[in-house]
Amino acid sequence: MRNSLVFRAIVRRELISAMRRNAEVINPLWFVLIVVTLFPIALGPEPQLLAKVAPGVFWVTAILSCLLSLERLFRDDFSDGSLEQMLMSSHSLVGIALAKVFAHWLLTGIPLLLISPLVAVLLSMEWQVYKACFLTLAIGTPVLSLIGAVGVALTVGLRKGGVLLSLLVLPLYIPILIFATSAIESAAFSLPYDGPLAIMAAILALCASLCPFAISAALRVSLN
Amino acid sequence: MHFDSFSDFLAMGGYAFYVWLAYGISAASLIVLIINSVVSRRQLFRSIATQNRRQQRQVNASAKES
Amino acid sequence: MWKWLHPWAKPEKSYALAGTLLPWFSWLALLAISVGSVWGLAYAPADYQQGDSFRIIYLHVPSAMLSMGGYLSMAIAALVGLVWQIRQADMYVAATAPVGAVFTFIALITGAAWGKPMWGAWWVWDARLTSELILLFLYLGVIGLYNAFSDKVMAGRAAGILSIVGVINLPIIHYSVEWWNTLHQGATISKFDKPSMDTSMLWPLLINIVGYGALLGAVSLYRFRTELIKRERQRPWVKAMVTAKVSGGV
Repeated sequence: MRNSLVFRAIVRRELISAMRRNAEVINPLWFVLIVVTLFPIALGPEPQLLAKVAPGVFWVTAILSCLLSLERLFRDDFSDGSLEQMLMSSHSLVGIALAKVFAHWLLTGIPLLLISPLVAVLLSMEWQVYKACFLTLAIGTPVLSLIGAVGVALTVGLRKGGVLLSLLVLPLYIPILIFATSAIESAAFSLPYDGPLAIMAAILALCASLCPFAISAALRVSLN
Repeated sequence: MHFDSFSDFLAMGGYAFYVWLAYGISAASLIVLIINSVVSRRQLFRSIATQNRRQQRQVNASAKES
Repeated sequence: MWKWLHPWAKPEKSYALAGTLLPWFSWLALLAISVGSVWGLAYAPADYQQGDSFRIIYLHVPSAMLSMGGYLSMAIAALVGLVWQIRQADMYVAATAPVGAVFTFIALITGAAWGKPMWGAWWVWDARLTSELILLFLYLGVIGLYNAFSDKVMAGRAAGILSIVGVINLPIIHYSVEWWNTLHQGATISKFDKPSMDTSMLWPLLINIVGYGALLGAVSLYRFRTELIKRERQRPWVKAMVTAKVSGGV
């Protein structure tokens, strides 16, 4: 089988199994909405204040919801042994890892983008701010999936990997968080923000080319 | 020598608290690190020695039985 | 070159090599740190702006430099271990991570103790302090991952991969934090500027950097030896050595 076929097969398989357990797709989104609701309650509902903290709140919430869904990226396949089968197969583990990450992004990043208008309304964002927010999320969420997958691959063999996973992955998310929030902030002052967006795109390119190798190396260690 | 007297040295030009706090905490954490390294090495040696003795006893016992 | 290095990849040999290097590093560390610290604390002139509080620099700058350098050396060792499958490299990763973490902690504490009289606050979100803090998190991640595995061979390799991922991220984190800091200038009043230090102030600093570097090396070597014995505890040479040592008092 050619690599592109394997890629498509794995993505399809992930999507189908996610459809069967759709709570795993919906729960992180629900989590985003609840956490976003907590902020106006905690900080007070003044629109100016909310507009000021909105980008940070949205991005931190997105990162936390990504962490929630990360664990299932390899865990099920690890426990039922299909990951080992993939390792044994003649196809490159790098391609398989990339396919799984892509499927994860389809199941977490895209839904997050779809509910982002709702979050924008809740946090009283203006149109230009929302546009920047949407663009940074579109570029940033694949990075979250890619870096997160490295952490999952490292901790998948551990019985209590959950908290450790977030401790490993969160510091690595800081650059993308910095560039995303500053792009949104520039947009709020109607300044050009293509600089930080371009840096985010560069980070995405770097992660997309390096992370699959780290993921496959980590999976080899975990499966031993 | 930059300072006139020893008490002058301890006073650190009015910054005594900060300077000695920094040096004190650093020295303490380095000492804790070194003690931890030494203790874990000794514990390891002791556990290997115990294991050696146990294995030796097992060898002796099986030699007696046969 | 690899042919020349290869005999040292045998556990007994590298244990013995670490044992011969250890006293050199320890004595160098003791000598350089005592000379540098006494010189810096008592003999160097005071800074004309910061007064005597600048003497924290003799601790802060070496520990900050070595926390970064320690992480770099750990990642290089991890890469060597991954590419050439040298097990000792993974042991070095495990041995040096706690030492580097302590140096990072010292850099943070001394930075805070300096910041209080200079900035009026124990903690400011200065670019350098922030990236030190993130570096501490990276170190703690490597240590946590290593301790989470019960199989230490797996643990060493996993920690190695994580430290390589971390070292690729480190420059990105560093520059992004610096960039973030220039955006939010309000928080910082001044940086740890050290424009053209006088040589009488610079010498003790250089001596201390060498000294703390030797200390980092010495403690890492010591822990490396412990780590190696832990993994090789079933081998005859380890058993023989332990029996000889314990009967003679450790």
